[in-house]
Amino acid sequence: MEGTIHTLQEYMFRTETITYILIVIALFAITFFWKFLNGRDDEE
Amino acid sequence: MSITRRKFLGWLGAASLGTTLGTTAHAASNKEFKGYPESRGVLFDNTRCIGCRKCEQGCNKVNELPAPDRPFDELSVLETKRRTTAKAYTVVNRYEKVSSPKAPVYSKIQCNHCLEPACASACFVRAFSKTEIGAVTYDESVCVGCRYCMIACPFEIPTYEYDKAFTPRVMKCTMCHPRVIKGLLPGCVEACPTEALTYGKRDDLLRIGGERIRKFPERYVNHIYGENEMGGTSWLYLSGVPFGEVGMREDLGITPAPKLTSGALSGVPMVVGLWPVLLTGVYAINKRKERIEREEKQLAVADALEKARAEAESKLAEAMEQAKKEKEAAIEKAVNTAMEEAAKAQTEETADAPTEEAAKNAGEEDA
Amino acid sequence: MSDEASTTKSYLTPFNIIAGIIVIIGLFITALRFTKGLGAVTNLSDNNPWGIWIGFDLLVGVALAAGGYVTSAAVYIFGMKRYHSAVRPAILTGFLGYALVVVALNYDVGRPWRLPFPFIVQQGTTSLLFEVAACVALYLTVLFIEFTPAAMEWLGLKRARNIVVKLTLLLTIFGVILSTLHQSSLGALFLIAPSKLHPLWYSPYLPVFFFVSSIIAGLSMVIFESTLSHRYFADKMDEAHLKEKDDIALGFGKAASLVLAGYFIIKVIGISEGNNWHLLGTSYGLWFLVELFGFVALPCFLYAVGVREKKLKLIKWTAVLTVLGIIVNRFNICLVAFNWHLPSSERYFPHWMEIGISVFLVTAGLIAFRFIVTRMPILYAHPDYPEEH
Ligand code: SF4
Ligand code: SF4
Ligand code: SF4
Repeated sequence: MEGTIHTLQEYMFRTETITYILIVIALFAITFFWKFLNGRDDEE
Repeated sequence: MSITRRKFLGWLGAASLGTTLGTTAHAASNKEFKGYPESRGVLFDNTRCIGCRKCEQGCNKVNELPAPDRPFDELSVLETKRRTTAKAYTVVNRYEKVSSPKAPVYSKIQCNHCLEPACASACFVRAFSKTEIGAVTYDESVCVGCRYCMIACPFEIPTYEYDKAFTPRVMKCTMCHPRVIKGLLPGCVEACPTEALTYGKRDDLLRIGGERIRKFPERYVNHIYGENEMGGTSWLYLSGVPFGEVGMREDLGITPAPKLTSGALSGVPMVVGLWPVLLTGVYAINKRKERIEREEKQLAVADALEKARAEAESKLAEAMEQAKKEKEAAIEKAVNTAMEEAAKAQTEETADAPTEEAAKNAGEEDA
Repeated sequence: MSDEASTTKSYLTPFNIIAGIIVIIGLFITALRFTKGLGAVTNLSDNNPWGIWIGFDLLVGVALAAGGYVTSAAVYIFGMKRYHSAVRPAILTGFLGYALVVVALNYDVGRPWRLPFPFIVQQGTTSLLFEVAACVALYLTVLFIEFTPAAMEWLGLKRARNIVVKLTLLLTIFGVILSTLHQSSLGALFLIAPSKLHPLWYSPYLPVFFFVSSIIAGLSMVIFESTLSHRYFADKMDEAHLKEKDDIALGFGKAASLVLAGYFIIKVIGISEGNNWHLLGTSYGLWFLVELFGFVALPCFLYAVGVREKKLKLIKWTAVLTVLGIIVNRFNICLVAFNWHLPSSERYFPHWMEIGISVFLVTAGLIAFRFIVTRMPILYAHPDYPEEH
């Protein structure tokens, strides 16, 4: 039974938790990406 | 299991993406969840209930709840419709106005221990969990007291200790979880004198209920309440009259509670993913527009300057030309005058000269 | 109140006297709330677990504090620099609004000291309330940072101030994301209770409705608030503020009118999607129509007329009407149309002490606003830091 998900609630809890972690990562990542993308322009 | 999972899925544990994703594959492939296979429940048959309130008493005793305002053997309490309170996890109501001569009909309410509990879906500290054995349990030690679980529960079951200043709890039936794991029956089931309550595996209870309906079709409504309501509940109900007549809502639908919010939740990452793109895009467009405007302005300024300079130059050149011309004219004039004067002088001289010469000549002659 | 300058001599202005009384009563109820429990000061019950502390303080409070993100997005992202002078007052109002929301939540939840639990102990990630809590906490932080330049200019912390100003774009974008999320999630909170909310108000579009109406609320609040500021703090305003004020009313009025039109359309589509036309004839339906026409269509039209005819007075009064409309909408969803199936004896009506706390908190917000605008460069640009575009 360990490892099997029996309820939608449990399933959503897991997927949502991962989603939230991804969201935090994404927010940092996009910030740095924006800097990278515009790095040269800003130097000028 | 829930404990290991909880540990496993703390903020840190959940970082082990691979493992977590891996575990979902088995059951989630079609995303249909059937609940815990060993899950227990209780079947309430209102055709057997005599409204004696013994179940309320049993519940009160095993859960050590405060004594009621009026004793349990006082059946006049049934005259007013009641709901669960912080002091009573379960209550029995009497319904006189029903569409059959079977009146009065009694109905017992308590937490239905949903297969997909709305309260658990709504709680932002996961104070509720659906246990493998069937009970939906509540963990007082994390509860913040936001009461969103009470908003969420479609059966209007959870109650709150509004009178406590420091330790208010959400109060609801636990399906006697502490007793059940010790192998005892839930308090109400144990107290019921008429077998209106049957405890057992939910699957078995569904079968028993189905059999009763088949055997006595004239006695029961052909529906087991709780089989599919809100995605199914661990408490199941048989009734001799339509469920709506005994205070049970028939309009709840079969959508499990977590489904109701899944759409909104799945919008969250989309906003986080796309808003920055959109917003920085708009920002970049505006910045570019501004830059072009600025450049155009600069260009225009430069142009204007150039023009002005050119104009000034040409004017200057003209002026110089003019000046030159004037100068030349002046020189010419001066020269002319000079020449004229010189010519004049010459003529005068020539006029005078013979005299001089004559004089000279005369002088030489004289000598 | 308009004789602001004289308060330095005498503190017994009408505003101060009334505010003082409210604060004393508020502190008294506060003491009662935290020693005797929620039951002693509220009419909350097992059927009605959320009262006006959620309906007004949280839902209305957050919606009306939307001016911060709306204005800073308009100016910094959409490049409407003409409205630059509106940014600081809007951010300040937003910050105070959110701060008060959090204070109000401390009154409402049973064990306020556990409010950080969803983040540090157990994350209930399936809950929309988790999302709301996370976003409100983060956005309050963002607003605080966005507000600090004004305080730093006042305190003369030049270097720190310049660092924060450099972050403007990042903070603005974060603010818009977080606001989109929690403004909409406040509506989505009710998605889990289709059986309790009247079908005319329950809709899978609730999050969209809440988000769109928060833009309307933000725009209208900026107009409303700038009118009030102009009335009471005109002496604090610099030329740019005075000059741009009418421009802001016209521009924001136009935007609000447009968004209201869109909101009206999606509300009507909401009825159709739920196939609820037949409910419009009921008493709840009539009330729904009052909300839809009186507080959405009417302000939409009035704003449009005001902008076309350049009638500033009309725009200002329409802003008041729109703000009222937002309050009506949030109250409808949280209180009026919620539990509509229950008999009236089991319905909720706020206890006077609940109202007392709400009034107390709004007053506290006004006092804080006045304290700050009379000291910090909110309604004028600090002479050492001329507006940089
Ligand atoms: S009946 Fe209500 S309290 Fe009980 S499990 Fe279901 S949602 Fe939760
Ligand atoms: S009141 Fe307690 S149990 Fe209910 S949702 Fe809030 S934190 Fe969870
Ligand atoms: S004890 Fe049994 S018969 Fe008596 S009221 Fe409860 S369920 Fe009905």
